[in-house]
Amino acid sequence: MKHSSLSMGLLLLPASILVLAFFALPMVQLVITGASGEEGLAAYWSILTVPRHREALIATLVLSLVVTLTALVISTIVGVFLVRNKFPGSNLLVSMLTFPLAFPGVVIGFLIIMLAGRQGLIGTVSQAVTGSKLVFAYSMTGLFLGYLYFSIPRVILTVMAAAEKLDISLEEAARSLGASQWRVIKDVLLPALKPGLIASGAICFATSVGAFGTAFTLATKIDVLAMTIYTEFTLGANMASAASLSVVLGLITWAALFIARSLSGNNVAAAG
Amino acid sequence: MQRKTLFYSALALTLLTVAFLVVPVIMSVMAGLTKNFFLGIKSGLTLEWVVQVWDLYQDTIWRSMGIALACLIITLVAGVPAAYALALSKSRWARIFEETLILPVAIPGLAIALALIQTYGGFREFRMSWAFILVGHVLYTLPFMVRSVLAVLSSIPLHEYEEAAASLGAAKRRRFFDIVVPNAMPGILAGSLMVVTLSIGEFNLSWMLHTPLTKTLPVGLADSYASMRLEVASAYTLVFFIMIVPLLIAMQKFGETGRARKSARR
Repeated sequence: MKHSSLSMGLLLLPASILVLAFFALPMVQLVITGASGEEGLAAYWSILTVPRHREALIATLVLSLVVTLTALVISTIVGVFLVRNKFPGSNLLVSMLTFPLAFPGVVIGFLIIMLAGRQGLIGTVSQAVTGSKLVFAYSMTGLFLGYLYFSIPRVILTVMAAAEKLDISLEEAARSLGASQWRVIKDVLLPALKPGLIASGAICFATSVGAFGTAFTLATKIDVLAMTIYTEFTLGANMASAASLSVVLGLITWAALFIARSLSGNNVAAAG
Repeated sequence: MQRKTLFYSALALTLLTVAFLVVPVIMSVMAGLTKNFFLGIKSGLTLEWVVQVWDLYQDTIWRSMGIALACLIITLVAGVPAAYALALSKSRWARIFEETLILPVAIPGLAIALALIQTYGGFREFRMSWAFILVGHVLYTLPFMVRSVLAVLSSIPLHEYEEAAASLGAAKRRRFFDIVVPNAMPGILAGSLMVVTLSIGEFNLSWMLHTPLTKTLPVGLADSYASMRLEVASAYTLVFFIMIVPLLIAMQKFGETGRARKSARR
């Protein structure tokens, strides 16, 4: 079936206009703005040279890395467990684990306040038990829990999809050859899940790096990169600095997702 | 023995994870329906807070629905033909275009919003209208529509169907509406659900692009979290859940039937 380049062009026209006018052009503008401040192009190095920016970058990267690793460990155990063991209610558990997938970051921030905020569950319980109120929603720990909250459903879905395709006879073979449970997990199960884990880990990392809503709701004194950009823009009215920082932020998330996709051919949103 | 311990520790972790995800949701729903959250359920149940939310924030709910619907129409009009063209073409340019099209998903909303403000913030009418938020939502959701439709179209022998239809004399337009669209329907439906769900819940872009007169639901939520008492914020969150949960259930159900159909074909 031959399609002329004219008809192909017509089919792509609406999407092209949208992407060119509202994405490509503004992005170029953003890169130019980033270099338009007093320091010029050097603004792009400010993320490393200005202490406040550098600290925010390090905090963001460390937090995202810890969240990613934690989410991977929890989701792998839970995901494989739920694929291998069917019992009454197991489907309900799967539904409940994947439901928060579309919760926006702000709502997740609020849920963390419900859990660990001033009037939260953990505070009430700890006060009743120990007499002192445990409140950590507005700290790095709260942010960690929030990011974990939106990461777990995504990673579990990937792990479950990968675990369903696994050949269980390989594990039985290893076991019949005398391999211990731990060696079966380390030498058979994990290598088979590895591509999916790397891909969903990268997605989880990119999402955490770019997340804004959760940090915004929990606010107080948390300085992650997204909050720094927001502060530069609103309080500092420093457009050049905000622009250069968001270009760097975009490059980090794009690179992480690029790795994820080249490993799995899959793409998931950097929302949250 | 070893396996039994392993089973129970994995089960315990699973239940703990479920609790972590579900308990705060239940607490939030309860808080939205109790007279005084601090005193607990014994203070009595009430719809007072929900009514108050409806009075205060009704406009954000309607606006979010309107934007989601407009966003759906635009992503359908732009996304389905684009996915069709990308499914037909194997050229390098098509792949490059596809990459560019899905790029907005890989860039944080904050960066895209700043770029839009920088470029179009000077057009006051546009900046002050809800269309400004809509543009952000379209950029963010279009990749999901295109990918969803493209996935379905790539899995069927599209060329053969089209050749058969053309040999019977069907013109291009007819082939698109009578062959391509019906075959792509599962992808179109899944993509549509995704677009509407994402648009209703979108915050990062909306927060930067909104004005006091163009608040969307998640923007209103952030507003209430910062300035309202916990019960009102919770009731507002409850309203959000009521809007989003049917969409999520539809997506899960749809995913299941889609998977079932795929394995049946195999």
